Amino acid sequence: MSEAAAPRPPIESGCPEGFQYMHPAMRRNYGNWAYHEDPQPGVLLHVSKDGQKIWTVKAATQRILDVFTIRKLCAIADDYADGYLRFTLRSNLEFIVTDEAKVQPLIKAITDAGFIVGGTRNSVTTLSHTQGWLHCDIPGTDASGVVKSMMDELIGEFTSWNMPNRVHITTSCCQINCGGQGDIAINVQHTKPPKINHDLVANVCERPSVVARCPVAAIRPALVNGKPSLEVDERKCICCGACFPPCPPMQINDAEHSKLAIWVGGNHSNARGKPTFQKLVAAGIPNNPPRWPEATAIVKRILKTYKEDAKDWERINEWIERIGWPRFFELTGLPFTKFHIDNWRGARASLNSSAHIRF
Amino acid sequence: MAEHFDTPMLDELENGPWPSFISGFKRLRDEHPEERIRSVANSLLGQLEHSYETRKGYWKGGTVSVFGYGAGIIPRFSEVDDAFQASKEFHTLRVQPPPGNYYTTDMLRQLADSWEKYGSGLITFHGQTGNIMFIGADTENTQTFFDEINDYGWDLGGAGPDVRTGMSCVGAARCEQSCIDEQKIHRTLQNNFTDDVHRPALPYKFKFKISGCPNDCQNSIERSDFSVIGTWRDDMKVDQEAFKGYLQTKGRQYLIDNVITRCPTNALAITDDDTLAVDNRNCVRCMHCLNVMPKALSPGDDRGATICIGGKRTLKIGDLMGTVIVPFKKLETEEDFESLVEMAEEVIDFWAENGLEHERCGEMIERIGLVNFLEGIGVDVDPNMVNNPRQSSYVRMDEWDAEAEKWFERKAEEAAG
Repeated sequence: MSEAAAPRPPIESGCPEGFQYMHPAMRRNYGNWAYHEDPQPGVLLHVSKDGQKIWTVKAATQRILDVFTIRKLCAIADDYADGYLRFTLRSNLEFIVTDEAKVQPLIKAITDAGFIVGGTRNSVTTLSHTQGWLHCDIPGTDASGVVKSMMDELIGEFTSWNMPNRVHITTSCCQINCGGQGDIAINVQHTKPPKINHDLVANVCERPSVVARCPVAAIRPALVNGKPSLEVDERKCICCGACFPPCPPMQINDAEHSKLAIWVGGNHSNARGKPTFQKLVAAGIPNNPPRWPEATAIVKRILKTYKEDAKDWERINEWIERIGWPRFFELTGLPFTKFHIDNWRGARASLNSSAHIRF
Repeated sequence: MAEHFDTPMLDELENGPWPSFISGFKRLRDEHPEERIRSVANSLLGQLEHSYETRKGYWKGGTVSVFGYGAGIIPRFSEVDDAFQASKEFHTLRVQPPPGNYYTTDMLRQLADSWEKYGSGLITFHGQTGNIMFIGADTENTQTFFDEINDYGWDLGGAGPDVRTGMSCVGAARCEQSCIDEQKIHRTLQNNFTDDVHRPALPYKFKFKISGCPNDCQNSIERSDFSVIGTWRDDMKVDQEAFKGYLQTKGRQYLIDNVITRCPTNALAITDDDTLAVDNRNCVRCMHCLNVMPKALSPGDDRGATICIGGKRTLKIGDLMGTVIVPFKKLETEEDFESLVEMAEEVIDFWAENGLEHERCGEMIERIGLVNFLEGIGVDVDPNMVNNPRQSSYVRMDEWDAEAEKWFERKAEEAAG
């Protein structure tokens, strides 16, 4: 009888060294760049302090790459970009070249292969997105499908420089919002309390930690049909879904009542103003696969208004700060409701305690 | 292989000009030489179509890990595996990328080749936590695949209540605004906590993110518990000839409207002889004028980082930006890096000791107050930590004299150098 092989202990190497994967021109000029220019949408030119130049061509992908696509992209990088690639945090690809003559052929090769060059400067860059139905255990919607559907319609804004400043759009499939802050964020918003399968709670859920997870203390232990379970005070419940991940029998997702909400004005940058959080502008939007036309229509309406009304360099939050929220709702035609007035902790800071009114 | 599942809804996601992830899945289903991968792709498409039709997700978690680790695998078991057998176990391996997400094509091909042997053939570059996500391996192949790529330099990232995978912007490798060595900071911090990445034992997740300048392209201030943002404290550099060039090409009115009047502290002026005057004492390093005129303006030479602690997303007390804990820290010598790591250890140790289950560091700070946190990690108060001093008089201040004395002592020490 052969002995079972001993398990292989892992090599705890952690985060790998980056220089080995960097284009040699980047390694050589690490910390030595002087300035950059933007020759055309999707292309950056960086010039080092001693005059060396590199061109970056940025291209959008579908983020979830099959091995055929990976090899296709690698082939392009080998043919035109010295065999190096970099991904941005919004899943765009960057090819680096040191020879200007290669820029246009590279763009052609990328475009011919079905990828889209753009996403630099004052464009709408690729939506950042999360897992959704493809792989998450708690999603209220799909993310990849939303991104594909929206970018099909916003592609002209990806490949051009028509926006007042850059626009970062994000999607998230639950209110945890893994997609993060965005100039525009499209996020799931549940509108009904969880439906509890009381037969399963005792065996599946660690009840005290589920009780502790609720932001509004609406969950309490209960005996239901003689079994230990949990109950929800539906008058207190804010339908956030925080109980669902630690307790899957508390199903929060609902084909009809899990809606989409749109938030605007999230901005991480310190440029001009301090970083800002996104604010609610629209909700009750149907979660409508496979193309989510209602959500896309509202995003396009906000973008159109921003494009027409904002000044150069104003991000969406800065534009609205200048024109005021009443004007934002007037210009976009979106309704202002009681749900727009915050009642969460710190809400008072969001109230207008002044006589500053625009007429 | 079984019949292809009908996917009328997903098929609609093959229309339009944007690259389609569904077309990629179908390529695997239709063109891959291996029966296993073709079946998995077909099954995955079937389950995803089912989700689109019913507007529900059908994956549940579980417990899967590789030998020796307690984190890094996201287990996924199908709840509808009767119908979609071939993808019933569809776990993700989270793998740590290098800082800045740089790759050679040789390495990407090697990873793709390994993944093709054991997994679904689908890889996400990258997940929102920053990992390369190898989506879709069964339990057994999770180990086999990890063993193979671990042998050539790749390690799992974090998941659950542990130190998560770090992220950095493009950085000094290709950006003139970078004020710090993102590669070194990222790996020094992250790899000091490798044990905490692989063995979840913290109250909740803890993330490091590094941005080379205050543009914060890495979104570190909101998306990480420990945000390192490059900055400088001497005067910004002005190339007056280049400024005159912008004046000529962009025009005076453009520069007044888009640079001078956009400075948040009114620290810029165009003088009568067409030079740019900068009030560096009142510049807050927001980056706007450097962004508009990169040829004319650059960060100064006395560079370092601002460190903000406690950023996070919604769950459960609402979004938090990180708060300034260290206004400026030099990051040049080995001692500088050692003290950075020591500070991160202090923060994590204090939070591990005092945080509640499932409470992020920023939430703990909100619960106990910033001052208690500062005393816990041994950092002195600094007016850079607040937008304004307190507005409420409801506070006990009988130790005022002693606290004031500490301030004057610190100032005297600083003055003495």
